[in-house]
Amino acid sequence: MIEILSYGFMQKAFISGIVLAIACSLLGMFLVLRKFSLIGDGIAHISFGGVATGLLFNITPFIGALLFGLIGSFGILKLKEKSHLHGDAAIGIVSHISLGIGIFIASIASGFNVDILSYLFGSILSIKTKELFLSIFLALTVITFILIYHKDLFYISFDEESAKVSGIKVNFLNSMLIILTAITIVCSMNIVGLMLASSLIILPSSSALQIKTSFKKTLIYAVFISVFSVISGIIIAYYFDFAVSGTIVLINAIIFLSLLIYNKVYLHNP
Amino acid sequence: MESIIQLENIYFSYANSEAIKNVSFIIKRGDFVGLIGPNGSGKSTLLKIILGILNPQKGSVTLFQEDLKKFNDWSKIGYVPQKATNIEKNFPATVYEIVSMGLLPIQKFPKVITKHEDHKIKGALSFVKMEEFADKRITELSGGQQQRVLIAKALVTVPEILILDEPTTGVDKENQKSFYELLGKLNKKGMTILLVTHDIGRITQYATKIASINQKLEFYGSHKEFCLKDPAHKHQHKLCLDKG
Repeated sequence: MIEILSYGFMQKAFISGIVLAIACSLLGMFLVLRKFSLIGDGIAHISFGGVATGLLFNITPFIGALLFGLIGSFGILKLKEKSHLHGDAAIGIVSHISLGIGIFIASIASGFNVDILSYLFGSILSIKTKELFLSIFLALTVITFILIYHKDLFYISFDEESAKVSGIKVNFLNSMLIILTAITIVCSMNIVGLMLASSLIILPSSSALQIKTSFKKTLIYAVFISVFSVISGIIIAYYFDFAVSGTIVLINAIIFLSLLIYNKVYLHNP
Repeated sequence: MESIIQLENIYFSYANSEAIKNVSFIIKRGDFVGLIGPNGSGKSTLLKIILGILNPQKGSVTLFQEDLKKFNDWSKIGYVPQKATNIEKNFPATVYEIVSMGLLPIQKFPKVITKHEDHKIKGALSFVKMEEFADKRITELSGGQQQRVLIAKALVTVPEILILDEPTTGVDKENQKSFYELLGKLNKKGMTILLVTHDIGRITQYATKIASINQKLEFYGSHKEFCLKDPAHKHQHKLCLDKG
């Protein structure tokens, strides 16, 4: 264990992994409760276009993904508002356009296909220092925002109409939730890759919801499960030479299934 | 008596269909108004207009003598939505946490529950006889119990008016009776109540005024006048007279 921590790349992996795990689980709880969880997948597709554009124009792909993610999330909000489409259709349209841009660019500039793979599947062990600091800063911003507004977001998740009547800024918070998701997805790109980026948003929260307790405890359990899966995922992947992203997601899947079975078989919860 | 809600010539349409046509009435302090009408008559739409969720195409809404667009003291209004049957089975919240949501409009950063607020939450729960369920998950309760919790949430800021949208939907008859008795008790204590319902029989027993709408306002007056105006519904008529 001490040996692992003596490597600089492992220290970076643990620090960025833990901070992102906290941001993803906090954000994920509200997205899952609001049935917005698949927006993470949509934004991951959008960010792929940004990665490809970044590689083509020699801009840091992280910045390209972040710009595409933010512009795309605004696009989803506007398309939903102006065209009266349902949220899932708006997510599908914007994400597939961006995914199309990414695939088109990758096909005309075949030289960087190997680089693209590391963004699709994650490369936490090769995270650059600049990206590490930016990821930590952005993830801490997300965590701070959620901690400040978690009660308002909790109220909106329970009943949006009543929250509006209580004077809570529902439209502002809904927009922020999507923008923060874009930031978080791009930040998690290095850990689990764009293909699995939304897994850290959906799985720990869904696992915590199986414990069936108060909101406060559910949120704490989600954070704990998320951090545990990232730490254990990195350690197992290091010792057994597995892919880190896949290992983290599989640990999350095992936790979710174990809690689900425990709930159904032992507690007989419906 | 001071006016709490004043509607003047309200018109509202959804795309091509007119939902509300020229509705005007005043709810005064201490009134218990039953807003009734058949399905699709515009009851819930009118309620959403009063609460500022929908904007009328014409007309004005005044809350506590202030134009709705300028009104921001939402802690004066307790709102109970038609929610009990819609709570997600997986929603992770205790009864205490749900009631504490009601305090958000008056809480200041960092919005940590103070001793005084804790007392208010427990007081509201005790009023609706749900104090012993404070640590239970809301999803473990029956529809009637959930509705009581939502009333406690609405009462926790000690509002001046309680607005309820079809609150007894999905609640069994026995619990409906105790629910209406609870509202009657609140009204006797001086709270103004606006209740949207299609349960004409029950509402005429408890409300002091009836607003009957079917796109247009068909009737607005005391429950007695309402019953006498429409004696064809003998059952309702009897309930009205029983109330005295």
